[in-house]
Amino acid sequence: MELARVVGTVVSTKKNERLNGYKFLLVETTEPDGKPKGKFFVAVDLVDAGVGDLVLLVRGSSARTAEGLTDKPVDGSIVGVVDAVTMGGRIVYSKGKND
Amino acid sequence: MKLGRVLGTVIATRKDKAIEGVKLYLLQPLNSRGNPEGDILVAVDGVGAREGDLVFYVRSREATLAIKGRVIPAHAGIVGIVDNVRFEEEN
Repeated sequence: MELARVVGTVVSTKKNERLNGYKFLLVETTEPDGKPKGKFFVAVDLVDAGVGDLVLLVRGSSARTAEGLTDKPVDGSIVGVVDAVTMGGRIVYSKGKND
Repeated sequence: MKLGRVLGTVIATRKDKAIEGVKLYLLQPLNSRGNPEGDILVAVDGVGAREGDLVFYVRSREATLAIKGRVIPAHAGIVGIVDNVRFEEEN
């Protein structure tokens, strides 16, 4: 998994029918402290994340192991909203603080 | 599999049901010399590793099998804690 920031929403009306009903977000990968790394992906949101949230992004075929996605054509899913990240016992990210 | 160092923890209360109760660690990939190489990952822990441990981990689809008895959405998973590594250099 990677840490990523939700930076936008992606709306698509005409899409693969297996993707109907899913919410898509634009995410940018980040360092552990939330600093942007400049790589963007479109990911299916499974945890009702919002713009600005730091999230757990799963990419590749592993993304399809999430609930209900086994037969869906996706290679990126958001599986968690990050509350905090610690390194060496120090909090380097805390939701609502570094944002 | 690759070697990595457990650097820290990631806490996420709201997460996909499939990864409920799974421990998440920040992991720094290492090269054969034990030096940091590559981007820091978030890995699931299937072996009870702790911060500071040298571990080996699987990436991509195999990481979905890192937790016993489950198939989880992860693309890095710790599957062993390293006791020691001997690096044999050719002359």
